[in-house]
Amino acid sequence: MSEPRDVQPLLEKMAADLRALLAQRKIQQPLMVGIRTGGVWVAEALHSMLELTEPLGSLNITFYRDDFTRIGMHPQVQPSSLPFEVEDRHIVLVDDVLHTGRTIRAALNEIFDYGRPASVLLATLIERSGKELPVCADVVGETLDLATGQHVKLSGPAPLQLTIQEDT
Amino acid sequence: MTPRHVQLDGEGRLRHFITTEGLSRQILTEILDTAENFATVGSQKIKKVPLLRGNTIVNLFFEPSTRTRTTFELAAKRLSADVLNLNINTSSASKGESLLDMLRNLEAMGSDMFVVRHNQSGAAQFIAEHVAPHISIINAGDGSHAHPTQAMLDMFTIRRHKPDFTRLRVAIIGDIMHSRVARSQIHALNILGVPEIRVVGPQTLIPQHAAHLGVHIHHSLETGLKDVDVVMMLRLQRERMEGALLPSAEEYFARFGLTQAKLALAAPDAIVMHPGPINRGVEIDSSVADGAQSVILEQVTNGIAVRMAVMSLVLGRGPRSEEAAP
Repeated sequence: MSEPRDVQPLLEKMAADLRALLAQRKIQQPLMVGIRTGGVWVAEALHSMLELTEPLGSLNITFYRDDFTRIGMHPQVQPSSLPFEVEDRHIVLVDDVLHTGRTIRAALNEIFDYGRPASVLLATLIERSGKELPVCADVVGETLDLATGQHVKLSGPAPLQLTIQEDT
Repeated sequence: MTPRHVQLDGEGRLRHFITTEGLSRQILTEILDTAENFATVGSQKIKKVPLLRGNTIVNLFFEPSTRTRTTFELAAKRLSADVLNLNINTSSASKGESLLDMLRNLEAMGSDMFVVRHNQSGAAQFIAEHVAPHISIINAGDGSHAHPTQAMLDMFTIRRHKPDFTRLRVAIIGDIMHSRVARSQIHALNILGVPEIRVVGPQTLIPQHAAHLGVHIHHSLETGLKDVDVVMMLRLQRERMEGALLPSAEEYFARFGLTQAKLALAAPDAIVMHPGPINRGVEIDSSVADGAQSVILEQVTNGIAVRMAVMSLVLGRGPRSEEAAP
């Protein structure tokens, strides 16, 4: 296991890139939505750094996973909460690690069950190798090239730290 | 074979849901927590999640029911399962087909779950013991034995108003003797740690052995209601009067009907529950049923989330190596 690493510099880079991207797309009041659990921690940090006024949403994608019959239920995760109408709004979806792309596929499906957003941007702290679906992040803290047996894990909520673990 | 063995798999997970009796507090809490997650689905624009897509759920109702069948059907549909509704008294039973033959046919159609209601106690367990190993059974009421999903939606409703079960006084009022709802409620309340459970009703409608269930027996509504936090009414079946267990609906209402005046004896923030359908003016006065302390319609809404939770916990246990098809 690697030494825990502070993510503050990555969050600052993400906030700057996201601010520039929103300005470029002329998006004034985006809705930010974090994916439970790690994505919510990252979203909380970005939400405060960008001084967004709308409340922060969170998604529990358990009911939209594609591996339900293989891994079963995880009822301990907090329910989804989208305390706003998503119809015609610009959404910034936030997760901690973009790996296979399956979590994002599930999250997009869930968001669309709440309404039809005008657009969705994806921001992830880490984008790592190992894609299984055509999903790319718009804003990335850092890109990591990892082998199949390596896992990057975010611990939190305070302090937010990254570690890289190896299968033994 | 005890119910405990039938409804749990080799790893102690719920594979059928026949009764609340004998289950652990952990399993009941898991059902309530999962239902809390599903409750948010009802607030989505598209009130559906893809969890049980491709699963086939058969509502096997040997006894008429509107509300229970409808909420099971809605729960299954909100999980994206395919649903078949069979009302047996109107189909194969009248053609002389045996129950086991009918089950084999439904298995052959690729069913994953049977939701069973029957007027005979033990019917759901009998079916659970005789179906193919990949099929799960949910008991939607069997005779006077059990109605576990009703009890769990009641626990869910109580927890939303009174989060700490270990500080509650609960009164169950009415025909305890014939009530599968009351039996399942008493087991669930005991398992969740409720310190004081009262059963209230006339002597003819409270079983002699009730005290063995860990309840206090009251034959007066006034003493039974004193300072309780939760009032759980039961439906009074008309046929009890024909069976001479009760004099008349009017006299029953005078002694055991819940009115505002009697409800005032309970704790000021007590909630009033009823599994429905209600007999206005028999076990409950309209002003109470529709009053500020009534949570009767919340129970109906919660029933959908709780049934979604039970269905997905039972069908979503992850790898099932120990139950490989024969």
